[in-house]
Amino acid sequence: MSDKSPKSPFAAPSRRAVLAGGAAALTASLFTPKALRAADYPTAEVNTTGLAVTDDTVTIGILHSITGTMAISETGSVQAEKLAIDQINAQGGILGRKIEYIQEDGASDWPTFAEKAKKLLVNDKVASVMGCWTSASRKAVLPVFEQYNGFLYYPTFYEGLEESPNVIYTGQEATQQIIAGLDWVSETKGAKSFYLLGSDYIWPRTSNKIARKHIENFLDGAKVVGEEYYPLGHTQFNSVINKIRLKKPDVIYAIVVGGSNVAFYKQLTAAGIDPAAEKPIVLTISVTEDEIRGIGGENIEGAYACMKYFQSLENENNVAFVKAFKEMWGEDIVIGDVTQAAYLGPWLWKAAVEKAGSFDVDKVRAATPGIELTSAPEGYVKVHENHHLWSKTRVGRAQADGQYDVVFETADLVEPDPFPEGYQ
Amino acid sequence: MFSDYSMSELGAIFAMQGFAGLILFSVFVLMALGLAIIFGQMGVINMAHGEFMILGAYVTYLMSNFFADYMPALFSMYFFVAMILAFIASGALGLFVEWAMIRHLYKRPLDTLLATWGLSLILQQIYRSVFGAREVGVSIPDWMMGSLPVTDLIEVPINGIFVMVLAVSISLAVYILMFKSVWGRQVRAINQNRVMAGAVGINTEWTDRLTFGIGCGVAGVAGAAFTMIGSTGPTAGQLYIVDTFLVVVFGGAASLLGTIASAFSISQAQSIMEFFLSGSMAKVLTLLTVVGILMIRPQGLFALKLRK
Repeated sequence: MSDKSPKSPFAAPSRRAVLAGGAAALTASLFTPKALRAADYPTAEVNTTGLAVTDDTVTIGILHSITGTMAISETGSVQAEKLAIDQINAQGGILGRKIEYIQEDGASDWPTFAEKAKKLLVNDKVASVMGCWTSASRKAVLPVFEQYNGFLYYPTFYEGLEESPNVIYTGQEATQQIIAGLDWVSETKGAKSFYLLGSDYIWPRTSNKIARKHIENFLDGAKVVGEEYYPLGHTQFNSVINKIRLKKPDVIYAIVVGGSNVAFYKQLTAAGIDPAAEKPIVLTISVTEDEIRGIGGENIEGAYACMKYFQSLENENNVAFVKAFKEMWGEDIVIGDVTQAAYLGPWLWKAAVEKAGSFDVDKVRAATPGIELTSAPEGYVKVHENHHLWSKTRVGRAQADGQYDVVFETADLVEPDPFPEGYQ
Repeated sequence: MFSDYSMSELGAIFAMQGFAGLILFSVFVLMALGLAIIFGQMGVINMAHGEFMILGAYVTYLMSNFFADYMPALFSMYFFVAMILAFIASGALGLFVEWAMIRHLYKRPLDTLLATWGLSLILQQIYRSVFGAREVGVSIPDWMMGSLPVTDLIEVPINGIFVMVLAVSISLAVYILMFKSVWGRQVRAINQNRVMAGAVGINTEWTDRLTFGIGCGVAGVAGAAFTMIGSTGPTAGQLYIVDTFLVVVFGGAASLLGTIASAFSISQAQSIMEFFLSGSMAKVLTLLTVVGILMIRPQGLFALKLRK
């Protein structure tokens, strides 16, 4: 189940220059865009712990589900990571070494994730791993990464309450995704009553807990009129839709995932609650462009999503990123929030390795806080001491064509706060 | 919880809630009928039932694309063509599977369970390779979307009505097939006494194959209908399988009437409890009740009376 990275199709100097500018921001090569040479970094010095580093290559792992129920979500992350690796290689690699990758399939099965993680770290001695998607898979590999001192870049927005020395969280923790969105809907739409809805597992429950605290304690006169969870895979929402009708909330705050998502929005529209009419407003943190493909743009048009990235963002980095992504994976592909976060992984690792001047995990870890990327598609990001990213929160409005129209973004980067005080 | 509402509002909500229960009932009937035919009449536990349904959903997806590209004028009608083709596709696959796999395992129920579970994994991976891991969006004709405003407060989803009409028509069709046709008589004869049925000249092998095929075909139609209310993806079939087995086992495996009665009681119980309790709790209580009743009455609600 392992394959080697193909030769890069991306050698266009224009794009290279754009991307090189940011990725190397903190290295000595800031004003000399030519790649670092391996000869300046002897293998014996940059690799003192026996990682898979040779004079001209370095091997990393990609660990996602390619089969099973999570393949639907994780495919985008794999594609983004491969694109980033190709682009880095086209620029000359890391410390003059090309990145090669070994890809393993977690098969949507958490013990398999742990087993494959151990294989990557112990047998293949990979220098870092880009991987995992669900919190359950991350929790499964965490002891393995901590025992063998591996280094994981984890792309998904998640519930927070975790901070491992062996993980860099490139997605948002819960407060980064929730609070700004609630403030926005309260200020601009005057929303006072909220109906919280979610699939029944840790992420929606933790997120709604934070949402409820914020609504009750920080939004003036706002209240939660209902909070409900449905089992994963639930496909019948007519009863809860009736309940929502009875409670007449200003906002339906929906954290429904997977196949349930599709059923929920289809049935909501069919029941005559049109998100576009904003009676009530539908606000979600679980629907990216990827999910809209299954839901159908016409069923969710007008709903708001709170994310840090939308494919429609208009900035130079993102235009180049979307173009490169489509060239590599096909014209009709869509890019969601997590896919972009996964794309940041290899770049953040590159910046950290170059700052440390070494592939050793301990040195890379020490160099990581404070790393900045100006080339990120979402805009400027920075790694916090707590291994999460400073990033902006944005609100987008779903359109019939499956894209989001960005209607709001925070003025400043939002500080990651995985253990939020007053929200637990 | 109701003190803040006027009588007319409450009336409207209860009317819509009743309707929601009926929609759930229709969905359960559609899901369970195919399985009830196969499980009830042949004793085969078909774990791949959900995947046969999703084959129907994918056929619908292909037809919606085909009509949109080549016959946009007829797009509003494509759903009926899709349902017929879904029946044919799932039915044909059912005939093939019976021939290639099931018929070798008739006397080994546990092995059929494993084999059909394996089949479901194989089918899922095939869907994933052919259609991609992501869910596909099936565009539904406009007239089937949205809701009918009955009064100011009561709105009835059109796709719900469609599913109900379909459930009733398919139940009637299955009833006629089962109790009025030659095939139905043969199936029932085989079910009661396989050796004797063979002795009087019934081709038991072919009847079994046809039964399996028809059961799978009905699943395909259900899958086609569910593109209106649910997701179409490689693993979407798994979302239905537990409820389907629940309905069939609770109803009494050998009885179609039992399946319908059980679909009705489970759907009403669940939909009422969902309204008053939270979603997860409603599910837990429904399952507990079903387990409790099955402990007292292991044969299910309706059982065929047989001399042992």
